[in-house]
Amino acid sequence: MSDIAIKVEQLSKRYVIGARRNAQDGLRHRLEAWARNPWQWLKSARRDRQATREEFWALREVSFDVRQGDVIGIIGRNGAGKSTLLKILSRITEPTSGEITIEGRVASLLEVGTGFHPELTGRENIFLNGAILGMTRVEIKQRFDEIVAFSEVEKFLDTPVKRYSSGMYVRLAFAVAAHLEPEILIVDEVLAVGDAQFQKKCIGKIEDVSKRQGRTVLFVSHNLQTVRQMCKKVVVLERGRMVYSGGVAAGINRYSGLEGTCDTAVHELADYPRFSEQTGVRLLRVEYWDAAGKPAFRIPRSSELTVNVYFRVEQPVKQLDLPMAIVHVEGQRIFSESYSDHQPEMELEPGEYMVSFTLPLKYLKLESYFLVVGVFESGRHCDFVEGLPLPELTDEFADPHLESRRWGLVRLPVEWAPVKESLSVIETVNGK
Amino acid sequence: MERHYWRDLWRYRELFYFLAWRDLMVRYKQTVVGVAWAIIRPILTIVVLSLVFGKVSKLPSGGAPYPLLVCCGVIPWQFFGAALSECGNSLVSNSNLISKIYFPRLIVPASSVITSFVDFLVSAAFLVFLMVWYQFMPTVSIVALPLFILLAFAASLGAGLWIAALMVDYRDFRVIVPFMVQFGLYATPVAYLSSVIPDKWRMLYSLNPMVGVIDGFRWCLLSREHHELVPVLLPHGGFRWESLGSDQQLYLPALAFSVIGITLLLASGIWYFRKTEKSFADVI
Repeated sequence: MSDIAIKVEQLSKRYVIGARRNAQDGLRHRLEAWARNPWQWLKSARRDRQATREEFWALREVSFDVRQGDVIGIIGRNGAGKSTLLKILSRITEPTSGEITIEGRVASLLEVGTGFHPELTGRENIFLNGAILGMTRVEIKQRFDEIVAFSEVEKFLDTPVKRYSSGMYVRLAFAVAAHLEPEILIVDEVLAVGDAQFQKKCIGKIEDVSKRQGRTVLFVSHNLQTVRQMCKKVVVLERGRMVYSGGVAAGINRYSGLEGTCDTAVHELADYPRFSEQTGVRLLRVEYWDAAGKPAFRIPRSSELTVNVYFRVEQPVKQLDLPMAIVHVEGQRIFSESYSDHQPEMELEPGEYMVSFTLPLKYLKLESYFLVVGVFESGRHCDFVEGLPLPELTDEFADPHLESRRWGLVRLPVEWAPVKESLSVIETVNGK
Repeated sequence: MERHYWRDLWRYRELFYFLAWRDLMVRYKQTVVGVAWAIIRPILTIVVLSLVFGKVSKLPSGGAPYPLLVCCGVIPWQFFGAALSECGNSLVSNSNLISKIYFPRLIVPASSVITSFVDFLVSAAFLVFLMVWYQFMPTVSIVALPLFILLAFAASLGAGLWIAALMVDYRDFRVIVPFMVQFGLYATPVAYLSSVIPDKWRMLYSLNPMVGVIDGFRWCLLSREHHELVPVLLPHGGFRWESLGSDQQLYLPALAFSVIGITLLLASGIWYFRKTEKSFADVI
């Protein structure tokens, strides 16, 4: 007997689209079609019918395990199959093939306020919604006060919900759902609604459920910051297939489409996404060198990275500039600068050239960063490459897991002094 | 999965109550007439039907005042009709729940029948009023009334489950059901005694399961003296059972058809519903 809370094996879900356009006139449609040509049914209909069936595989052979107490993030682009997966895990719909095994009571939040009726008051809706989500009347009564306190709508408890503002509505709905206490909690992007303060509250509550109470949580979100903060493991879905299952940092890389690992010191730029005009300057390759003068694809953070950018000039150029930028794996632009900030703009005859710059690495976190380089002439861009992974950063004194939980995209060398007993102001004034 | 389903039905049993409560509360809050409608509707129907079938057509009433006769037919029939419509529509009107939350779907149509049942209880108050008005005291046969109420409940649920499940795929039933109820009003002995049907058609007529139920209602409430069942020979051979001494005859073949028919209807309704339930969330 293992501690596997959820086991998903080869799960697939197929939807048929296009065959029946409108459920509204199903029967009449069929009768009319039949009346027009009664015998067609026998002859060709079968083949035609199958030809017009369009199949759409929302999920394809997805398999993974979730241990009890895990907090798993499920990420992927829109349409990747995340919501379908959650629906199947919540038993709302059945898979076309494959199996799931679930140990424990499941509560799903796929939408906030499902079952709320606008004519009923907040108080009545708490009971109704709680019952729909699976709580018994006794349980709801017990948690009633907590729910009201969490939602902060105490004053409006006895007015019909149709009069609530959207914020109040969402707060109340989430408050009910947050007090469910199931063994397994499944949450789908619900946190996308509501203001920042409310989102913080929701995350806090979910963290409370998972960390303090040790329950299993499955969490779908587009907010990678939240995923990074809350989840230990991540499952990445792409067009219905599971393309990655494992650590959060690597999963986020995979999702961002930026293949994070840097495994070579020399990068031929032909392989990278680039934007180039046809005007005579072309980037060729980039090389990484460490402080000791050796090629590096892995480098200690205490060191400095030297980047050599090689390019070819085909026609004489006057005001050539080379900007560079550092981008965090989640897409945020950390920093950018260009050659002309430090050197005069280049004036070159046709030939092959190299520009070199050196980066201090101690301000970066132990995460994935990417380089963007380009060449511009007189302000117009000639060639531009992005998605170039920087070398993997190492630090023998730091814990990458701990660090990735810290907020922020960069690291500042902060110094902390040890704790001392404090002297109050009054005491010092009195000369103690 | 099967075993889990019935266990889940028990676990979610409070939801039966909550969904019915919600529907009733909403109706109560929306209008003042809402509550009274449960009484006004049968009253109006009884008045019209009594006039048309009793006074104008002068059909026999077997000893009871005609309005009372009609009332005993209208009250259960309106329960059946309303329950059938509500139940049929229940899945579609709760589509937001069905596509977003897990619970045994059987609860949705069942709770809508419960809602109509509450209306039935309210309108039964009018029945009591009429009986007092006509000083028509019921006899011991009233003990069998719960059985017939149960039959009516089962009939609504059975037919309702079929329609609810079919309605998910074919919305046409939204139009078909009112028509069925309308037609049924005349094909069922709501406004007249079933004994006015000529003998040779009686057997066929009794295939309608609600015939036995309405007959039963009348028999429970309106039969006067105690009765014993005797076979009565018919002129052209064969015989027919009669409750001797009572004003309302209980035609046993009709009762048999009802019980068997309704049991089949309910069992098959549950079967079809469970079969198609898996695809509700995808299609609805």
